[in-house]
Amino acid sequence: MKDLLEGTTLRQRARAAIADEHLSEALEQASDRLTNLKLIGSSALENYEELRDAGRYIRGRVIANLSQVLGKLTDNVEASGGKVFFASDGAEAAEYVSRVAVNAGARTVVKSKSMASEEIHLNDALENLDIEAVETDLGEWIIQLAHQTPSHIIAPAIHLTAQDVSDIFNKISEGDLSDVPSELCAFAREQLRQKFLESDVGVSGVNFGIAETGTIAIVTNEGNGRLVTSLPRVHVAIMGMERVVETWEQFDVMLALLPRAATGQQITTYVNMVTGPRRPGEADGPDEFHLVILDNGRSDILGTEFQEILHCIRCGACLNVCPVFRQIGGHGYGWVYSGPVGAVLTPLLNRAEEAGELQDASSLCGACWEACPVKIPLQDLLLGLRRKKAEDAGGIQKAMWRGWAAAWSRPRAYKESVRSAATMSKIVPEQFAPKGWRAGRKIPRAPKGTPSFRSWFESGEK
Amino acid sequence: MLRVGLLPTCVVDSVAPQVGVAVVRVLRKMGHEVTIPKTATCCGQPAWNSGFAEESASVAKTTLEALENHKSDVIVVPAGSCATMIKVFWQELFEVVGDHDASHRAQRLAPRVREFSEFVASRGVMPGKYPHRVAYHHSCHMLRELGIKEQPEKILGGLDGCTRAEWLADERCCGFGGMFSIKQPEMSVAMADDKIESLKETQSEALIGCDQSCLMHLEGRLRRRGESIQVKHLAEVLEEAL
Repeated sequence: MKDLLEGTTLRQRARAAIADEHLSEALEQASDRLTNLKLIGSSALENYEELRDAGRYIRGRVIANLSQVLGKLTDNVEASGGKVFFASDGAEAAEYVSRVAVNAGARTVVKSKSMASEEIHLNDALENLDIEAVETDLGEWIIQLAHQTPSHIIAPAIHLTAQDVSDIFNKISEGDLSDVPSELCAFAREQLRQKFLESDVGVSGVNFGIAETGTIAIVTNEGNGRLVTSLPRVHVAIMGMERVVETWEQFDVMLALLPRAATGQQITTYVNMVTGPRRPGEADGPDEFHLVILDNGRSDILGTEFQEILHCIRCGACLNVCPVFRQIGGHGYGWVYSGPVGAVLTPLLNRAEEAGELQDASSLCGACWEACPVKIPLQDLLLGLRRKKAEDAGGIQKAMWRGWAAAWSRPRAYKESVRSAATMSKIVPEQFAPKGWRAGRKIPRAPKGTPSFRSWFESGEK
Repeated sequence: MLRVGLLPTCVVDSVAPQVGVAVVRVLRKMGHEVTIPKTATCCGQPAWNSGFAEESASVAKTTLEALENHKSDVIVVPAGSCATMIKVFWQELFEVVGDHDASHRAQRLAPRVREFSEFVASRGVMPGKYPHRVAYHHSCHMLRELGIKEQPEKILGGLDGCTRAEWLADERCCGFGGMFSIKQPEMSVAMADDKIESLKETQSEALIGCDQSCLMHLEGRLRRRGESIQVKHLAEVLEEAL
């Protein structure tokens, strides 16, 4: 599936989302629900703020020593019988996974939720080889059936209502399903169970790699992750290269933060920890275990002013509180990652050209930073991206700001300009106001007949 | 009694003189002497938020010099986001453009600069009367960067007859965001509408805030929608109440 980034502008996508009342309602409900759950979940923990600081420290430490930590993870995965592949970009990663699937003689691949796999367009790559890729996370399966992309990092079908889901399912169920969630879930379970049994390869994401033992951990609420990682003969885990911790002790802190920040849960229903393939004497597990470590532009962020974005643990909390996400939804951002984290990551991950306007998808309100479990200053990073963009800004924009600076750095010129703005505001007809402003708002007008504030002050009136 | 230096802000200077007048009257009523640092212009925020740091710094430096040379005990700024720019972002701004000296000076100046409601609240409760049901908008930078939340609420709560309505969206961004409001008008207006829908549920007579720029945006949207709810800066409320 093509990225929305290609061929559409941010404003076009925003306009479409805002005009869609059905979507607006779904977004509002979902954002409120997840934000409230998070507030309840995090406030239940007395030392949540300390945990955030610990989380921030851990992420900072790991990212600062990323190559050593990844080296250790690799050694330990291999020592436990797994294979590790470093993919420098999405194409390399997709090719490797495809090769593993072909070698396994797979006709069907079951997947649990993985944003990294979305990032590398794995499903398209597999389909090109006539291998069926089946999403088994309920939300992911829904949007796969609807030929859409995820609109939220942890809740990919958040933009759809139960009725939408029923309509989508009825296309493959001969139209006899209601919109009752339990009925829809039962249908999904029945359909997907068959796929699990048929599959030779399971593809999962990774929430955290734990370097000291070469373990990967996956948090899920549906149990599909457990089936994907244990039932098929081959398990391939795809991990963004930053999604790692050094020790189990660090993992403990991250595991306390992630579900609370994401859904307000103390812990997810399932926490799977996989160390290598099945060993002799073990009852279940795959014969082969592969870990694909995905760079795809991440290492270029290391050592830059944007390094902190690699601290992200993909909880989605910044999306849920973002007033812009609330209006334009995940698809408004045009790529896999949405919300404030998406607006920062997308242009950095080799997409600067196409995503060059995403840094404007923010009012810099800072709600994201306040919500982030590891305190990433997302609004500062967005501002940094704006500065980068301004360096290459066109002549008119640059000239405008230079002119503004030349005037407003001189007190006399400043006074002249605000005085004429005041005069203009009293008399200028609405249609001459900046187009962007008058589109939805009346223009501010200084009260008629009143002097400017400075002249009032200087006149000595009380 | 303190000698208060007032930075009016560009919004007051250009389109909201009534807010500046109210601020001066309230501060005088509190017994302070008010002067204006004559050569101060703007805090530089519009360019900073647009990514134009050099341009922002040249404007900010003019105002930095004016404020640090001004003979006053405290500088009051009747706008949360301008106060944040000065107190929090100036240091970073000057570092970004390599002006370490100005950054240090900004750091020294910061404690002397106070957002209006914070300053008013710090001087104790004032008797006043404002028999209206109001909704208070917490503006983003003031709330999250400066951590000023209770002060304006306390001031409103101290006025006779004033009821502050519970407002679910009181901490959600109004969608102004400086140039954002013009570059992304659809998002900006949709965010205002979201805020306004929630405001209407409070059945308030007036919307109160401490950032005239947010209020200008919300008022512009309210009027375009044909809504009649009043929009006032906290200083205007106090001017009427005291």
